[in-house]
Amino acid sequence: MTNPNPQSGSPDKEPASEAQAAQNALGNTERASTTTAPKPSEPEPKPSLGRLFLDNLWAANTFTVTLLSLVLAVVVGAVLMIISDPDVLHTYSYITARPSDAFSASWTLVSEAYANLFKGSVFDPEAFAGWLNGSNGWQAVLAPISETLTYAAPLVFTGLAVALAFRGGLFNIGAQGQATIGVILAALAGFLLPLPPGLHLLVAVLAGALGGALWGFIPGILKARAGAHEVINTIMLNYVATYFLTWLIVQNGVQDPKRTDAISKAVDTSAQLPRLLGDNLRVHAGILLAVLATWAVAWLLNRSTLGFELRAVGANPDAARTAGISVTRTYILIMVFSGILAGLGGSNMVLGSTASALTPLVVAQIGFDGILVALLGRVKPWGVLLAALLFGALQAGGNRMQSYSGISLELVTVLQALIVIFIAAPALVKAIFQLRAARAARLQTSLAKGW
Amino acid sequence: MNVLYGLYQPDEGEILVDGKPLKLKGPSDAIGAGIGMVHQHFMLVPVFTVAENIMLGAEQTRGGIAGFLDRRRARREVAEVSERYNLRVDPDAVIEDLPVGIQQRVEIVKALTRDVDLLILDEPTAVLTPQETEELLTVMRSLKAAGKSIVFITHKLGEVKAIADRITVIRRGKTVGTASPEASRDELAALMVGRNVRLTVDKSPATPGDPVLEVAGLVVDDDRQIRAVDGVDLTVRAGEVLGVAGVQGNGQTELIEAIMGLRPVLAGTVSLAGDRIDGWKTKKVLRAGVGYVPEDRSVDGLVKEFSVAENLVLDIYDRPPFGAGLALKPDAITSSAKERIEQFDVRTSSADAPVGTLSGGNQQKVIVARELSRPLKLFIAAQPTRGVDVGSIEFIHSRIVHERDVGTAVVVVSSELDEVIGLADRIAVMYRGRIIGVVGPDTPREEIGLLMAGISPDAAAATDGGPATDAGSASEDEA
Amino acid sequence: MSTMAVPDVAVAPVDEGFWTRSRKVGLTLLALGLLAAVLFGALATDQQARFTLSDDAAGAALEINGTIGAILFGIIAIAAGAALLAGVPKRWFLPVLGVGLVGFVLSFLCWQVSAAPTGQNFMPLVNIIRGTFILALPLIFGALAGVLCERSGVVNVAIEGQLLMGAFSGALFGSISGSVWVGLVAAAVGGAFISLLLAVFAIRYLVDQVVIGIVLNLLAVGVTGFLYERLMQTDAEQYNSAPRFSNWEIPLLKDIPVLGPALFRGNIFLYVGLLLVLVIHIGLFRTRWGLRTRSVGEHPTAADTLGVKVLRVRYRNVLLAGVVAGIGGASYTLALYSFTKNMIGGKGFIALAALIFGRWNPTGALLAALFFGFADQLATYLSAINSSIPSQFLAMLPYLATILAVAGLVGRVRAPAADGKPYIKG
Repeated sequence: MTNPNPQSGSPDKEPASEAQAAQNALGNTERASTTTAPKPSEPEPKPSLGRLFLDNLWAANTFTVTLLSLVLAVVVGAVLMIISDPDVLHTYSYITARPSDAFSASWTLVSEAYANLFKGSVFDPEAFAGWLNGSNGWQAVLAPISETLTYAAPLVFTGLAVALAFRGGLFNIGAQGQATIGVILAALAGFLLPLPPGLHLLVAVLAGALGGALWGFIPGILKARAGAHEVINTIMLNYVATYFLTWLIVQNGVQDPKRTDAISKAVDTSAQLPRLLGDNLRVHAGILLAVLATWAVAWLLNRSTLGFELRAVGANPDAARTAGISVTRTYILIMVFSGILAGLGGSNMVLGSTASALTPLVVAQIGFDGILVALLGRVKPWGVLLAALLFGALQAGGNRMQSYSGISLELVTVLQALIVIFIAAPALVKAIFQLRAARAARLQTSLAKGW
Repeated sequence: MNVLYGLYQPDEGEILVDGKPLKLKGPSDAIGAGIGMVHQHFMLVPVFTVAENIMLGAEQTRGGIAGFLDRRRARREVAEVSERYNLRVDPDAVIEDLPVGIQQRVEIVKALTRDVDLLILDEPTAVLTPQETEELLTVMRSLKAAGKSIVFITHKLGEVKAIADRITVIRRGKTVGTASPEASRDELAALMVGRNVRLTVDKSPATPGDPVLEVAGLVVDDDRQIRAVDGVDLTVRAGEVLGVAGVQGNGQTELIEAIMGLRPVLAGTVSLAGDRIDGWKTKKVLRAGVGYVPEDRSVDGLVKEFSVAENLVLDIYDRPPFGAGLALKPDAITSSAKERIEQFDVRTSSADAPVGTLSGGNQQKVIVARELSRPLKLFIAAQPTRGVDVGSIEFIHSRIVHERDVGTAVVVVSSELDEVIGLADRIAVMYRGRIIGVVGPDTPREEIGLLMAGISPDAAAATDGGPATDAGSASEDEA
Repeated sequence: MSTMAVPDVAVAPVDEGFWTRSRKVGLTLLALGLLAAVLFGALATDQQARFTLSDDAAGAALEINGTIGAILFGIIAIAAGAALLAGVPKRWFLPVLGVGLVGFVLSFLCWQVSAAPTGQNFMPLVNIIRGTFILALPLIFGALAGVLCERSGVVNVAIEGQLLMGAFSGALFGSISGSVWVGLVAAAVGGAFISLLLAVFAIRYLVDQVVIGIVLNLLAVGVTGFLYERLMQTDAEQYNSAPRFSNWEIPLLKDIPVLGPALFRGNIFLYVGLLLVLVIHIGLFRTRWGLRTRSVGEHPTAADTLGVKVLRVRYRNVLLAGVVAGIGGASYTLALYSFTKNMIGGKGFIALAALIFGRWNPTGALLAALFFGFADQLATYLSAINSSIPSQFLAMLPYLATILAVAGLVGRVRAPAADGKPYIKG
């Protein structure tokens, strides 16, 4: 195991496992790649700072690999757009005769789609111009960001849930199920309990956490006591949770009495997360909780005795046990904490602005997306936050891309999956871009431990 | 040897077989050239039968392209080879149910059915009882008589002298010399280690105090739920080193793990300074003043991805000054680590370097430093110098003796007899889960060697050196 | 899987004493039987419960009074439980357990059928059996794909994606070409495409196999969903109207009572699936290919030392698995339905459950798939007769059964030893 960034003095000094040791968080590497530049103690003639920076940038470090993975995913996405558009495809039938047609048609299609993706998630110049000349309010300018943050908030939680478990050597595929049970309890607390505002919200949020904790505890205890593999059990529990949700929604007292379809009563307003920028923008306090959770998980992992145990168990359970750390207890705690985070993500889905009542699809894909977010964030808390923001932006922009360019929202799923695939196989990215031999020794997301 | 067998590619140089250069792209080329190998870690599929293991890679099939296995023919082949070399194995037994001695026999049969002329045996006796070793040597003699060549790799000088016709000593990837079997042990040992090794450790006579560790009637199972420790009684006093000698796999590991609370105690008691500690959790045992150096540092001793500093507090991270409540104190951890690194002469680039980047000797020093940094009543070191360079060995030995001199009870478990003799004030020899004898360090090596083989001196006298009564019962079992 | 014993769990002593696993199972069965006899007996009505040997209420039928049936079959379960509790020879364990479980299920059915609204007190067996097999079909193909992959040491969590991609490309190319055979080949290639990605990333780039499997599922959902919306939704005529395999009746077999009309008068994929189970089972345990596959999944280093090309075997098996799963996907779009977004809907994960529940064994996987298919079919049936049992709980059954199996409560399941571990030479 070599230190990935020896010169930078490795800003992160608690690499928990091979996977993470070889990688720095997105943010960290940015720092690392800049701080590596000034190296006073080098005896050789010093190359220029800029040169060194460029060299470093083109080396296969985490930051570069992440960026290039994004590029590759976007390229593959563009190809998919082109081959699935009969009109554009038609221009390729006479590409030898008039190549400009094919290129301009493709360019128009792709650039418009991605422009809409950007406008829908970050910044829309037209809205800005409109605000300047008074044709629309400031809300329209902030709307894309608001959407991005709204989508990102639950993903932060589920991403952290998966990342935390990863660091402890467990692969929690059950964030989806934990979020489902979380959303159920949060909603039930939200419309069944008559509580004053404030307290009601707190209780509902905690109920969501409790639900997730319960659903995380089951695979945790099965792993600890019976050695049952958590991957299998969490997959199975996802479905159990989903069926439980679909059953529960149509029960008396839960189902909306005014409706015949599968939808529950709505959560009381006293239990809803307050909106941050007025009623016209969807962004709500969930994103603040998410940042708080990120900080808490970072502290837990790196600055607490529990985190020490968790990382030790994750990296080498035998040595941890020999040093007196209870591996079973740690496994159970990891799954409970992971479940709490996923459950909080679930409660975001019904207490925030995305929905206020239970439906069979109320948690969407946040659990599965959380796996991708965790991997993209290199299983580090702040990395997860950034990754969730990116995924939130893709979701938000994807909506606009769908309605303005007619590009199906599914493209976002494709992009997300592709990004993570490329990130997981840096060797492939390196080969495609002919990167210099990696300074970061072995970039791998592999935890390979099998069943 | 893995190069010879085609598993690794040589960087340079060539291999000649019968005078002709040979290019090995993989093991199948080696097998084709008549080279067979019995690996130190058996290359047998545990859930397969003997016949399936022997067939694999050289399957006899029927039915053309479908390739149905011809099991009958495989059985017959096994039977033939077994008969010819007197290596009895049941072709239908499943490997994981067989004792190691028989598994090794399967390995040899496997090589022989492939018509090899040269058989490489890589440390074959490491896992064998003396009885099984004797059988193996007999087999090797009969193979030699049948015209096969054998390369026998071992670090046990006695075996080399007993069987070899020519001896080549390899150290650090280079041939350092050749010798005939008549060469003395000391000569061979000197060739192996490169200089005349001092096997003695400087130490004054012990001044034992009160009993610290008392073990009575201890019974422990191994991972496969087979009895590993079968009624052990032991007492270790303050200020003495008890050496535990024995061929590996005779229950030493399980004995220590049971004392440490890492393995359930099925019967008997363990007391530390008068307190019953059996049934305690490992953490409680450690906190009660027990230091423990596990035998396999990379598996049990260190978290390789953790920094040196973190590894130095691996079992006290939650105690002041390193942890307060739920919070960890990184500054205290780092500053204490710097002290320890100094004190124990750990060669590392920094306290923050991952411990996996250190050499074996320095890794071991990290463990020793960790365990000796708190007040101890009992210090247990299992294989404290395995895979460690000579300089570190001397350092670690001197720390162990120093710990004894300040009044700690010390247990040293080692399969290196010389290490035990050098360090111990008393030597307990383990054989098949029991303490077969406790002797002084001045006891002749030969006598201890006999004990390790399960022959207690009285019995030896009575049966004129024949095998002990219960020896070999497992290896004789036909599955 | 459950061999990954957690280190500091107190190891159960070898000597289990009186409470062997067989006895514990017996006690559970006894309790279930009691529950059946008492509760189901009490809830059942005096209506005749008719199990008709046809597709509908008509024709010959096995009839029994609901209450009597529920109690009688409950008693059979009790007896089987008691036998296990008293201790039976080892080889009798499974048959006795089977009898007991069947008794329990029959008792349950007697209650449900007799308690159905008047006029609906019948269960059409032909219909139920056919439905069971059809619903089990994707599970059979999926689980076989799992067997092929995992027996060679590559964890296949991407079954869902392989099925989906198979279904999609079968539909797409079947529609474009207008030929079922082109569709079938395309489906196989589609499944193999996901497999190829799995193989390359798992074997060559050493990406964690569970991770890549999960991501590939999402990729398959995304790509097929995207292309579905872009192509199939806009022009279903052109892109989503694949021809279907016509029904094909097997001579002789089709005349077997009940089973004939249920199984041998239709779906060609069913024959293929059952045949594949047989072929893969024999292949795995009787041929050179199987021996090498299993050796690579159990102990790749040993296989390598004997000249078996570990990586080649793994690539080949993973690709084969993709082909099998792809054809399984085609069993949807080239026989039953036209393609819809995410149409596999989690069947790939039930197939994974069937694989594990069936202990990585083709025949075991078949039985598990049929069990899960039956639970699925039963849910449909029960909701049709307005049963008080919520269908969602029946739908949970496969997942709960798998959790119990993995936790070692229904005997130990053991994955191939090298499953999920990339092979790195040296």
